[in-house]
Amino acid sequence: MIELKNVSAGYGKSMVLKDVSAAFEKGRLTGVIGVNGSGKSTLLKAILAMIPISGGRIMIDGYPLDRMTRIGIARKAAYLAQGKSAPDMTVEQLVLHGRFPHLNYPRRYTGRDREIALAAMAQAGIAEHARKPLRALSGGMRQNAYIAMALAQGTDYILLDEPTTYLDIARQLELMKTLKSLADHGKGIVCVMHDLPMAMNFSDRIVLLDEGRILIDDKPEQVCKQHIIDSVFGVALERSADGRTYSYRY
Amino acid sequence: MKNSAKSYLNANRIKCLYIAGFVFLGISAALGIMLGSAPLSPAEISEAFHGGFNASAGARIFAYIRLPRTLASLVCGAALAVSGAVIQGVLANPLASPSIIGVNAGAGLAVTLCTALGIMGGWRLSLFSFIGAFAAVMLVSLGARRWGAYRGTVILIGVAMNSILGAVSNTITTLFPEVGVMSNDFRMGDFSSVTYQKLVPAMIIIFVVILILYTLHNELDVLTLGEESAKGLGLNTSLMRTLFLLLAALLAGCAVSLAGLLSFVGLLVPHAVRRVAGSKSSGLVGLCALYGASFVCLCDAIARTAFSPYELPVGIIMAYLGAPFFVFILIRGRGGRRRD
Repeated sequence: MIELKNVSAGYGKSMVLKDVSAAFEKGRLTGVIGVNGSGKSTLLKAILAMIPISGGRIMIDGYPLDRMTRIGIARKAAYLAQGKSAPDMTVEQLVLHGRFPHLNYPRRYTGRDREIALAAMAQAGIAEHARKPLRALSGGMRQNAYIAMALAQGTDYILLDEPTTYLDIARQLELMKTLKSLADHGKGIVCVMHDLPMAMNFSDRIVLLDEGRILIDDKPEQVCKQHIIDSVFGVALERSADGRTYSYRY
Repeated sequence: MKNSAKSYLNANRIKCLYIAGFVFLGISAALGIMLGSAPLSPAEISEAFHGGFNASAGARIFAYIRLPRTLASLVCGAALAVSGAVIQGVLANPLASPSIIGVNAGAGLAVTLCTALGIMGGWRLSLFSFIGAFAAVMLVSLGARRWGAYRGTVILIGVAMNSILGAVSNTITTLFPEVGVMSNDFRMGDFSSVTYQKLVPAMIIIFVVILILYTLHNELDVLTLGEESAKGLGLNTSLMRTLFLLLAALLAGCAVSLAGLLSFVGLLVPHAVRRVAGSKSSGLVGLCALYGASFVCLCDAIARTAFSPYELPVGIIMAYLGAPFFVFILIRGRGGRRRD
């Protein structure tokens, strides 16, 4: 479990996260939502020690984050950044770099690493494109390649920052189903999202951030009932009669 | 089956490029040793090995002129090509190269200062040259990160750096005309004044640095994924970026201390190698070293013989051959990169 206790963090003197406490468990897809600038991306970066925290404590599976090395963190949690580049390499090369944290100097990928990368590409549905350059793929396929890299990393947790950006609706749904399936198979998925109905439909738990504070951390149906989303986003979120889907009313 | 066949072809292509590179290197080195205002025959070279370096005039030319010059052109070419490939990868900018972003100019200023202070060769010259190159590359790198690391910024800061460092070097040579190091030959790049005293330390450093860079090729690849993705994979990006720039500056600094301000090779060779071998750093470092060494050595052989008995600075030949070839590979490559 990734645990945050009274965490404050930000950039320089500007505090973006203020006294945040939350827990992200394995086997669960947690959707992190909030308006622009509410601290969603900063939350992920704080968990991965990419920015220093000025107060509070973060633990990953009981280990204090401040005592973990960067490699140690990378063995526990994979990260898919927002707006990733399309480097000049093939899908297979990218996915193989998911094994990077597991190797020591001089890092040479072994046959076992290649097997793991191949399995990850198959799981992400990208195996047939293994030899293609990343730059020759569509946005959706590139995203799947990065998902495969995260899978090859073999971590218990995967943190994703707005992974559905730039994808058409069919690709968005496909990606969310993949993430949900990973959570169902035991991975802890923490996913920053902008699409509220999609976040509500696929998440096991919703964390709503507003001005760096957690307003609510609960199951989607409870979040919907409390109408907090209406006040934060200025839209009404409705649950369908059968309770299976959510949609906007504005 | 299809994938493994393609993989085999790709691995085979890299092997073929290595074999072709070694053949090119052998031919260039042979031409570099044999051609010149006094051509050397294989028999004369053999005589130098069997009868000693002072056995005949030919043996002396081989031992004291051709051999150091050929070795210098080989190691300088390898150093600048690998340095260019590393700088382009670390700064995520295909236009970055030691000569364009001011690294060579930083080393050139250091060499000018050394000459003004009476340091004409040895480890101290290589060291100061490296310090000049490293200071320049760090200033460009820090400036680009502070004021926005978009591609144009790096180049613009580099252009400014080139102007400032060039101005300081020119001031020194104006105030101390006896320095003379910023002569036309030095500006264009030239191997006519290479001595073993200069060559040996630079050659050892270049060889060791290229070996180290080869072992770090996966780190270089991960760095090209971008700051956040690289950190997410456990790479200490600040440390590795600084280390790569330091190693690239060492290579460029050593090359400048030997040959002056050789341009083009750090830009041209990595681009040409990427076009045919892809961007995987393991292949890139080794192949850039091979083809950079061969290209500069061949250009130096041509520079010595094309207008014999007159000798041109090698930089002129490199520009004649390199510029059209560079434009050719850029135009040819555009068709396959429309989705960038």
